[in-house]
Amino acid sequence: MLDSPTMTAIKLWGSVFSGFGALGLGMSLLLGGLLSACESKRAEPAAGTATTSASASPSTPEPEPKPGPAPAAPGPVKIGLIAPFSGPFAGAGKQIEGGVRAWLDQHGGKVAGREIELLVKDVTGVAPDVAKSLAQGLIVRDKVDFLAGFVLTPNALAVAPLATEAKKPMVIMNAATSVITTKSPYVVRVSFTLPQVSAPLASWAAKNGIKSVYTLVSDYAPGADAEGQFKKTFEAAGGKIVDSLRVPVQNPDFAPYIQRIKDKKPQAVFIFVPAGAQGTAFLKAFQERGLSKQGIRVLATGDVTEDQELDAMGDAALGVVTTHHYSAAHDSPENTAFKQAFSKVTGGKVRANFMAVGGYDGMAAIAQVIEKLGGQIDGDRAMEAFKGLQLQSPRGPIRIDPETRDVIQTVYVRKVEQRPDGFYNVEFDHFDEQKDPGK
Amino acid sequence: MSFLGVVFDGIAYGSLLFLISVGLSITLGLMNVVNLAHGAFAMFGGYCSVWLTTTWGLPFLWTLPCVCLAGAGVGALAERLLYQRLYRASHLDQVLLTIGLTFMAVAAATFFWGPTQQRVELPDFLRGQVSVLGLDLGAYRSFLIGVVVLISLGLRGLIERTRFGAQLRAAVDNQQVSAGLGIPVQRVFCLAFALGSALAALGGALGIELLGLEPSFALEYLVYFLLVVSVGGAGSVRGTAFAALALGLCDVAGKYYVPQIGAFIIYALMIVLLMLFPAGLQGRRA
Repeated sequence: MLDSPTMTAIKLWGSVFSGFGALGLGMSLLLGGLLSACESKRAEPAAGTATTSASASPSTPEPEPKPGPAPAAPGPVKIGLIAPFSGPFAGAGKQIEGGVRAWLDQHGGKVAGREIELLVKDVTGVAPDVAKSLAQGLIVRDKVDFLAGFVLTPNALAVAPLATEAKKPMVIMNAATSVITTKSPYVVRVSFTLPQVSAPLASWAAKNGIKSVYTLVSDYAPGADAEGQFKKTFEAAGGKIVDSLRVPVQNPDFAPYIQRIKDKKPQAVFIFVPAGAQGTAFLKAFQERGLSKQGIRVLATGDVTEDQELDAMGDAALGVVTTHHYSAAHDSPENTAFKQAFSKVTGGKVRANFMAVGGYDGMAAIAQVIEKLGGQIDGDRAMEAFKGLQLQSPRGPIRIDPETRDVIQTVYVRKVEQRPDGFYNVEFDHFDEQKDPGK
Repeated sequence: MSFLGVVFDGIAYGSLLFLISVGLSITLGLMNVVNLAHGAFAMFGGYCSVWLTTTWGLPFLWTLPCVCLAGAGVGALAERLLYQRLYRASHLDQVLLTIGLTFMAVAAATFFWGPTQQRVELPDFLRGQVSVLGLDLGAYRSFLIGVVVLISLGLRGLIERTRFGAQLRAAVDNQQVSAGLGIPVQRVFCLAFALGSALAALGGALGIELLGLEPSFALEYLVYFLLVVSVGGAGSVRGTAFAALALGLCDVAGKYYVPQIGAFIIYALMIVLLMLFPAGLQGRRA
């Protein structure tokens, strides 16, 4: 409803105020929020000059390690973390930062003898222009060695060309649209892609006697990705899509849509909506209208029942079958240690979710690369080191595909169950070595 | 589903919109304050209810009167401290102050409750559906409609039949003359503002089940509240009720019958209605 200058103004205010909100969570966050707010204010005039200087002489960042006198004290390895810490996606940023800090806390904050310095920037929401100017600042002024973070696809897409120009590795810790890794040879993804987790769900449904499915997705790019892949895999396996609905991203009342589904009587409904308000609203309306009593099952990608929101969804989410790469209920020593470290650095207020794992694994991958390079960071050599890298992650084993620089991992089939300490996605089946089918 | 089912759902949704918007209609139309923090008062009510149920173990229904009182208290306080200074200020000043308040509310809610979704436990008799004459009606939606019908009747009586209502209408029409006649204008405005805030808070609490509750609530739904008030005509309780019901019905019916464009129908309706009635369905002045 608002025009874009107003929105920008509002977002600016948002980041200032959330800076205040973070006061109790730690001085670093507060400073991060305020700094980034100041920076984005003056970013506009500075942006033009920065681009031209970077593009006119793309080699300027490179020769720095070569001149003689430097090696005496190499200083810290700098990582620029770009994620939203204010506005509707603030929770995601805090999860990612918590994950990164959890890894650093576990490993004493040092890799290959060099300190790790984290520069945290608030991108405020879906704001490609802000993301771009923050990345410019990090590359040109702060001279970071790695760009990391990226919760939202549009922001990641806006920064990718800068990563190419400056030859900086760009580690995607969440953004899940297939196409991102193709936009720059310096992009590497440790999180997941939506097609990667929706395809196994369709295979599982087809294998387990589900023949007719109604799909309902939010009407934006990730929704279309999820719907497309589910349809493709499910129909290839002989299933039938009864009907498909696309609903607004901020939909207040699901009753009419649910009623349409009820009228069609499918065996199951596949949904992809943003976690939180939308997922909860859908599942509540689903329960209220007695669709589960009719035997209609809910299938979803795991972000709908993600761990941070799951307790608030409560009973409404019971029995929902999802596929995803991480569940807090995953039983492994790595996961236990990760959860402990996460609650230590974040104060134990929220449960770590898949985004925190993305941050944690991203940091672990960066550390492995620094080790391999012996502390001497160079963009091209770093990218070579990322290719084929393997990690024992809290979610299980993962590795980076040398061809696509995208993650290859096990995708689990889970069901929401109630345990004494809350609601969890309990894993009961898995698909190993899943690549992104979207490429 | 039968046509009647769609109508029922539409009325329930419209009732909730009415409950939250009517306070905004009063402040905007009667007192001439552009209160963009109205959504924040509704959100306050929601969090109040969640806090009372989780920390104090109060049943959901018992929190509703408490939420009303708390909303009224906070509304009165805000009016005395902030809003009363703005009655004669330009609309831009009002917008700047109230949108600032909204952002503070969003940050405060994130600070105290975190960015996640909140929920309340409904009593068993308000869950699921009840069958009335072969029609499956949502129990909670029926309850919601009942509450809103009672409140709107009460509200209409209060404004049109009581001494307070008469004083309020007089004070709005001409503050100076009313004050000269001995009407305590300041107190009347303060009470009216508190009343609007109390209704918003109640709407926020009742809306948790339908709309959800998270820190961005204050901004997310503000558009719908403003839409209802502008279509209904600021300052008119009856106009707000008509507009809320019309928008609620069209929204639900549009999404059910033509889901491809369902979400845009209320905006189309708003444009048509505003072209036909530029001052709103029951606008007081052009």
